[in-house]
Amino acid sequence: METLFFLIITFVVLVSAILVTTCRNPINSALALIMTFFCLATYYVMLDAPFMAAVQVMVYAGAIMVLIVFTIMLLNIRVDAAKKHFHKVILGSILGFFTLVNTLFLLIKGQSAQPTGPYSGEIIKQIGHTELIGKEMFTNFLLPFEITSILLLVAIVGAVMLAKKKI
Amino acid sequence: MEFLILGLPLMYYAAMVAKVLAAFVFVLLTVAYATYAERKIIGHMQVRLGPMRTGWHGLLQPIADGLKLFFKEEIVPSQASTFAFLVAPLIALIPAFITFAVIPFGGTIEVLGYKIPLQIAAYYDTAAHQVFDVNVGVLYILAMSSLGVYGIVLAGWSSNSKYSLLGGLRASAQMISYELAAGLSIIAVFMLSGTLSLNRIVELQSGMGGFEWYVFKQPLAALMFFICSLAEINRTPFDLPEAETELVSGFCTEYSSMKYAMFFMAEYANMVTVSALTATLFLGGWNGPMAVAIPLLGPVYFIAKVYFLMFVCMWIRATLPRYRYDQLMHLGWKVFIPLALANIVVTGIIGYII
Repeated sequence: METLFFLIITFVVLVSAILVTTCRNPINSALALIMTFFCLATYYVMLDAPFMAAVQVMVYAGAIMVLIVFTIMLLNIRVDAAKKHFHKVILGSILGFFTLVNTLFLLIKGQSAQPTGPYSGEIIKQIGHTELIGKEMFTNFLLPFEITSILLLVAIVGAVMLAKKKI
Repeated sequence: MEFLILGLPLMYYAAMVAKVLAAFVFVLLTVAYATYAERKIIGHMQVRLGPMRTGWHGLLQPIADGLKLFFKEEIVPSQASTFAFLVAPLIALIPAFITFAVIPFGGTIEVLGYKIPLQIAAYYDTAAHQVFDVNVGVLYILAMSSLGVYGIVLAGWSSNSKYSLLGGLRASAQMISYELAAGLSIIAVFMLSGTLSLNRIVELQSGMGGFEWYVFKQPLAALMFFICSLAEINRTPFDLPEAETELVSGFCTEYSSMKYAMFFMAEYANMVTVSALTATLFLGGWNGPMAVAIPLLGPVYFIAKVYFLMFVCMWIRATLPRYRYDQLMHLGWKVFIPLALANIVVTGIIGYII
């Protein structure tokens, strides 16, 4: 059952990921990218990480992509003039090839399939993924968490300063 | 020996299909008759009769409307971005419907010795003797509602019309701002419940004969959540994106026939979802007197609460005028968000003391 579902989702991910790069209209590319993010979220669900899945949809598909869609709309980029730059294609292919080699190497040689540390799959299922993330974040990782929040606050204040003419 | 398909008993599939169909038919019928109810209720509130001609007291009006929209001509503007124009109504409609997957509409019932929890995305584990559902149910709903924005934004942009674009921009600004306030106001509920699973949240409200509702503990959060939800689904008094008088119905100006009907359905389906969610989080879900003893009473209470909240939505539409755009933004960012944050702090302090 899960394998079947995984195959369907993988098919959709691949098709939409290819569409992101091949669509002529940037808005359609953005829509395909939203679909890709959405399907990635289902992978998180299959990996017993429902919180990550919800956050993936909320932050990536919901917030960041809205920003990208807005930028495309407001700049009013219509269908691209379809200029094909040969050197760009070659550069992209080389980069893509090395990324593929890198990924394959990591998949074959890496130990990432086995979770390390005190939290095994059973414990995560028993206590709950969300609860564990919350607990870790507010005990062991409290300082980085607070520093991140201050950084975000600085960024917000900076954005307001930039956008407002008189304060 | 049970009959298994792909490692799961046949009853599992039968129960899933039955639950999906029941919820879907319920939402579709409610959407159809909500349009009728809205016209009737507003009519009577304004001392008119509302639809009277089709059927007894206009009861066949939704069917007539549906047929009319179905037979209208499909128009795609020549300057529109075709693909985005065609998928936008679907993107608006689908999140409104799939949110229902995690809302529990009843307790656990037993059919042929197989226990079925009345919630689509849930199953009864016979080994562990408990119901498992989506343990991030509320986050799932927030995530889906954040996807609903795309339908409206894309519809506004792809129509390539000034009114549509303005409507779309207004809608997205409004939905994004109020999503924040709505999300912040339900954090207070998590702080009381300690879980994100909607099934568990409903169970926690079952005390005191089915009346230990979170609305009594968190009245401010309940009020804010309901108002913010109204703004998020673009209902009056926050229906600026559609504002007939200034924007000739905003983002759906260029839409006709079934695609227009889809936006219409999305609006009412969103209203059902928001009412169901408010009922689940704050009004005890399917809880009520005797609901645990007689499981079939659960859906009855749930539907009654949902219909009551929908009636409130219509009542508000008949009563209140539309907000101005700057008032709307002021209310969202400078009133609701600080209030929600203060509510979280107060809930935290009280929770710490008790």
